[in-house]
Amino acid sequence: MNSVTIATDTDLQWKDSLTTESSLVRWVLIGTAFLYLTLFLFVPLIAIFTEALKHGLSSYVDSFLNDDALAAIRLTLLVAAVAVPMNALFGVAAAWAIAKFEFVGKQALITLIDMPLAVSPVISGLIYVLLFGAQSWLGPWLAEHDIKIIFALPGIVLATIFVTVPFVARELIPLMQSQGREEEEAAITLGASGWQTFTRVTLPNIKWSLLYGVILCNARAMGEFGAVSVVSGHIRGLTNTMPLHVEILYNEYNAVSAFGVASLLTLLAIVTLSAKALIERKAASHNRRNIQA
Amino acid sequence: MHLVLKQPSVLPGFGLTLGFTLFYFSLIVLIPLSGLFVKTSSMSWEQFWDIVTNPRAIASYQLTFGASLAGALINGVFGSIIAWVLVRYRFPGRSLVDALVDLPFALPTAVAGITLTSIYASNGWIGRYLEPLGIKVAFTPLGVLVALTFIGLPFVVRTVQPVLQDLDKEVEEAATTLGANRWQTFRAVIVPELWPALLTGIAMAFARAVGEYGSVIFIAGNMPMKSEITPLLIMTKLEQYDYAGATTLGVVMLVTSFVLALMINILQWWSGARHMNQ
Repeated sequence: MNSVTIATDTDLQWKDSLTTESSLVRWVLIGTAFLYLTLFLFVPLIAIFTEALKHGLSSYVDSFLNDDALAAIRLTLLVAAVAVPMNALFGVAAAWAIAKFEFVGKQALITLIDMPLAVSPVISGLIYVLLFGAQSWLGPWLAEHDIKIIFALPGIVLATIFVTVPFVARELIPLMQSQGREEEEAAITLGASGWQTFTRVTLPNIKWSLLYGVILCNARAMGEFGAVSVVSGHIRGLTNTMPLHVEILYNEYNAVSAFGVASLLTLLAIVTLSAKALIERKAASHNRRNIQA
Repeated sequence: MHLVLKQPSVLPGFGLTLGFTLFYFSLIVLIPLSGLFVKTSSMSWEQFWDIVTNPRAIASYQLTFGASLAGALINGVFGSIIAWVLVRYRFPGRSLVDALVDLPFALPTAVAGITLTSIYASNGWIGRYLEPLGIKVAFTPLGVLVALTFIGLPFVVRTVQPVLQDLDKEVEEAATTLGANRWQTFRAVIVPELWPALLTGIAMAFARAVGEYGSVIFIAGNMPMKSEITPLLIMTKLEQYDYAGATTLGVVMLVTSFVLALMINILQWWSGARHMNQ
């Protein structure tokens, strides 16, 4: 009995050695990867918090507990609170239409939805300046009716929505396409309403991907810099989001405060990445259960 | 709406969801983007061409595209190594590294910009060791390369990684049993499989870098003709109320982005088609 086990073990080892490199090559590759990641990931990550805490904890806390910083935080939260739900709604609607029906121009629509990701952030802002700015043909009419879009909240919200349009949709579309429509068709045939079918059949199947899309969308909405920079006008306490506030502080040589506010955005990024890892694990076990069932 | 439906369906909501999707997308994306082209069409061809071929604009294209390509190629090499190490080897901290690879994607660009600047400045953590060697990074074109390499990092790793994961080990075993050494197996068996995904990743990193603004402007120094990227030049023109200039350069960048997106689509289709054949 024993000898059989041993033979299998050596067999496995022999097989493994066919598809791995010598340990020298292995460690050189791991070392190279670590060196590259140290230069481009680990050192920057540590630097953000070191710079923010350079003058101690109290000046770190002061960097975001002042009127301008709090106004920037409030504005950032407000913009995300408008942009993220709208793009989540869009993502669910687009994914439902694309995954559950066959229609003309479907592939083109899928490609089109990703378009904002290919556009430079500066252009994402520029197009709204051309449309609503003082020099545009809508400009005089907007001024006459005292409607401010550019250098005001609506412009910031619009630019943020543009930049984050695809995030929920691109998570949901491939998933819902792979899930097919049999379950929904069964529910409808058994007499469920469209809304019941969506909330009780579709939603439980897509919840983790939906959540992940929303988290990604939110991270990008709160962190967007280029597009917002073009339409904001950088008015302190009024149209400054957190990333723009970071820029102003940094350009005023107030590095500690700049990194203080930046550290909050970094924590947001870390939370986003952790959520991603967690949700991927959840989704994997969910899929396994589905396959077993 | 029934006219566009190819197959009848018992499921409800087609008209509502597709209608909303098209309405929302047109309002937020298509109409504003087309405004860019409408604005340029009011200009004469000479005017347009003058702005496109202005020496300062050309210098900015050279830096933007040159640094983006160099950054994408650097990530092509190191991104593949990272993907390989993450898929094939087990070592402490592997899952942490795997999660952190997406950091440049999740970190707001302004944060990346000020952080890289402070690290690579002449008194920074890394910059101080490069300074005695005569290498200046911050406030030079080299700084642009560093920022664009940083933001492109996740793309190659995340396109190569799943292909490596799906790679059938039996083919490698067969190659070895037939007498190939590890390097020959790598070149003749593994590389041909990875190639389309690697190209896709490099193209995605390149496309992302070309439009990048936030992480570059802090570290670049932004000197016209030397370290000024095209998106910044658009921004500068806007601040000077030169809408024609900003729009023209915007169209150049937008068309470039669309061509790149099309290329990436074709590349993805190519690598997808190869996977289907197996």
